[in-house]
Amino acid sequence: MEEKSPEVSSSAEPQPSVARRISWGEIGPRLVPVLAVLTAVLFGGLFMVFSGTDWAGARAAFASDGLGGFVRELGPGIGKAGVAYAAMVEGATGLGYIDPSSVRAQTTVVVLLRLGERAIVFLPGNLVATVVRSTPFVLAGLAVAVGFKAGLFNIGAEGQLYAGALLAVWIGFVPALADLPGILHIPLAVAGGILGGAIWGAIAGFLKARTGAHEVINTIMLNHIAIRLADWLIKSRTPIILLDTTASVPRTPFIAASAEYPRLGDTPLHFGILISLGAVALVWWFLYRTTLGFELRTVGANPNAAKYAGMSVTRNLVLAMAVSGGLAGLAGAGEVLGVQHNLPPGFFAGVGFDSIAIALLAKTNPIAMIPAAFLWGGLLNGAGLMQIRADISIDLVKIIQALIVMFVAADQIVRVIWRIRARRQEEEVIFSRGWGR
Amino acid sequence: MEQPPVLEARGITKRFPGVVANDHIDFTLKKGQIHCMLGENGAGKTTLMNIIYGLYQPDAGEIRVNGQPATIHSANDAIGLGIGMVHQHFMLIPELTVTENIILGNEVTVGPFLNRKKAAAQIRELSDRFGLQVDPLARVGDLPVGSRQRVEIVKALFRKADILILDEPTAVLTPQEAEDLFEVMHSLVEQGVSIVFITHKLKEVLAVADEITVLRDGHVAGVVQPKEATEASLASLMVGREVLLRVKKEASEPGDPVLSVRDLRVMDDRDHLVVDGVSLEVRSGEILGVAGVQGNGQTELVEALTGLRPVLGGQAFIDGHETTLATPRQVTELGVAHIPEDREQDGLVKSFPIVDNLLLNVYYQLTYARRMVIDDAQAANYARDVIEKFDVRTPSIYATAGTLSGGNKQKMIVAREFSRPIKLLIAAQPTRGLDVGSIEFIHQQLVAIRAHGVAVLLASAELDEIMSLSDRIAVMFRGQIIDTLPAAGASREQLGLLMAGVHAQAA
Repeated sequence: MEEKSPEVSSSAEPQPSVARRISWGEIGPRLVPVLAVLTAVLFGGLFMVFSGTDWAGARAAFASDGLGGFVRELGPGIGKAGVAYAAMVEGATGLGYIDPSSVRAQTTVVVLLRLGERAIVFLPGNLVATVVRSTPFVLAGLAVAVGFKAGLFNIGAEGQLYAGALLAVWIGFVPALADLPGILHIPLAVAGGILGGAIWGAIAGFLKARTGAHEVINTIMLNHIAIRLADWLIKSRTPIILLDTTASVPRTPFIAASAEYPRLGDTPLHFGILISLGAVALVWWFLYRTTLGFELRTVGANPNAAKYAGMSVTRNLVLAMAVSGGLAGLAGAGEVLGVQHNLPPGFFAGVGFDSIAIALLAKTNPIAMIPAAFLWGGLLNGAGLMQIRADISIDLVKIIQALIVMFVAADQIVRVIWRIRARRQEEEVIFSRGWGR
Repeated sequence: MEQPPVLEARGITKRFPGVVANDHIDFTLKKGQIHCMLGENGAGKTTLMNIIYGLYQPDAGEIRVNGQPATIHSANDAIGLGIGMVHQHFMLIPELTVTENIILGNEVTVGPFLNRKKAAAQIRELSDRFGLQVDPLARVGDLPVGSRQRVEIVKALFRKADILILDEPTAVLTPQEAEDLFEVMHSLVEQGVSIVFITHKLKEVLAVADEITVLRDGHVAGVVQPKEATEASLASLMVGREVLLRVKKEASEPGDPVLSVRDLRVMDDRDHLVVDGVSLEVRSGEILGVAGVQGNGQTELVEALTGLRPVLGGQAFIDGHETTLATPRQVTELGVAHIPEDREQDGLVKSFPIVDNLLLNVYYQLTYARRMVIDDAQAANYARDVIEKFDVRTPSIYATAGTLSGGNKQKMIVAREFSRPIKLLIAAQPTRGLDVGSIEFIHQQLVAIRAHGVAVLLASAELDEIMSLSDRIAVMFRGQIIDTLPAAGASREQLGLLMAGVHAQAA
């Protein structure tokens, strides 16, 4: 490993333009997640340019007019990429450059700047939709991040979402509780959601603490169990367990109105958004201010030192998985109580898996979970409009998302592209250190 | 006409961001010489050698080999010029045999096939010629550390090196193995090899050097002849001020026993009985040194006493409380400080700021709201007090512990452990790998708390450390304490024999 090539070592030397280089060296590492997103967007754009170009025409133009002709033929593809990303931004944030009269009548449009026939407009509905969509990602991302902080790779957020949602929806619709006032019913349903996720998470933590069984494998398998268990509980007709027999599609009954999160006017903005923001603050406070959080982070950063300092590693593993699962359960409950008001089978469809990507994107920092989740929700929300406007497959969004995660989680790629020096050892965020231990 | 020096460096300068690691260093190695490169950690020794070995490019300066200017861009260039280097951390593949390791990249072949037999014969011939006992057919993973080092040397010789750079070769060796290495070095030199020997241990320098270059903060602090040098003069050159090599301490006034251990038995991770019936007693105000070659059960003894390792049999009492089955927290709360053997692994959390590292044992005390919430302001004040009192050099208490130098890391650990009311200190290898200045500091601290009536159990593989600090010395061999003797009358030879398992009466 001492065999450094001369090129590498010489590029690491300070050059005459010391000031600029050093500042890049300091800022660069912090910008890695941003650069990862940017790089992924660039790659996605290239992909669109390729898919939007008439290659037969380009070949002909190259033959007749040389390189200039070829580049001219790329024009439509570049235009298409531009239209696609503009639509993506519009769908995600509501900021668009369109003809205001083309919008459907019932949609609110705020014209910011009129430029001839078109205008820079703001469509609040799109932003609201993105915020609502991002809400569960904040909580589930926090869940995965808490696991990482304790050195655990919790792949089980998906299962924990279901566990939480199941308990929350049951508390929400069970007739015995239907007469409760909202001030009791909502907290009860929320507590159920947290408890369901916490128990599901704690199982994996307990197995690891007791037997050393690896949490990655346990949580993956607990996902399968939770997803299929939810399916069965919801769909089963003999006996009928959670199924609403009056409905035309399999789902649970609707929860009582008293269990629904309050909404802001007649918008889809619901109380769960505040819960998510509160959870960010609470998780940060828990991790960095409380003794339990201190123990949890110590166990994650150096289990040997934790043992030496008299902390119980096993207890902290169970605690971390319970807290992690509880947050995921809270996310599941929020979608039921705030958005759907019932639980169909297969409802979460990967929210828990996406949250792993979000936790990585936020570098496990609780506060960074907000922009990371918003970006994720925005990509998902903008994809539909992008598909309509530029006739681009929604799969492309998934590709961009995959590229973002790849560039963030395996950030060596971005570091090479953007010439950012390897971080010093002590700055390392602990991802996946549970592997092989 | 005088022969040109085999290796000459002129005005070598190398900058890294924020530091000048080598500042116009001149260095001359004459043929057949053992030239010691002495300096503290971070003085620039390894940087200079990496430049000579082609791993770094200098920013300025010139290297000459046998009088000819040499451009060395890679280790391959260096090897081509006859320069071989044995790194502190060996570059061997444990799964392969000695022969396979040595011929890697320099294969002896018959057509497309390896000729292992011929290679093995060549290696045997080389190792016989230089008195390096190496079995060419042994698997490297099965060899003890001393032998692996010889394999590295043979590897360099096999590549026809006549200039050999040994980077801190004795750091991983027992005193006996180090003696063997010195003999090998002498036999190499007799046959025309020239050696650069990098170290920070003064005794070794005086024992083997033909000439000594002392580096300090990237400069050459002096080039001296061993005849004109003493340990004290070298140490002050190295550190830049007078250094106390032998700690001054008052006669001990031992009080009541604080730690008593009876017939303790402990297993290691592979379920071998490595502490086999140890009984000992440490009284307040005395230092009991536990001497012994590494791997004779000292590590497990310390871990068992501090609650980190389960005890198989026997009993331990601390301050009158039975602690045989106590948890680390219970042991700590009885007033026990522990300087762990592996400070990087056990003693600190590298990714945490210094303030959090200082809180590791007291985080649940500097709190409010029923011990649930850490009191930040109180913690920061505590940390600032402590690092000032123990002179931990850091720009801020919020710098991560990983950025500290080795000496400062250990100071931080000592600061943490000594800032609580303690009755017993269990220190394992407290100065391993540290520079002279830090060793001096740690030793003074140990003597100081002894004067405060703390009982100290000091486990160390450094015989000098044991002899200069201890009031009584217990020698551990194969899991047993084979003798305990007062430090005052003990001689190096006597202790060396005990460490090798030879009991005085029996011998």
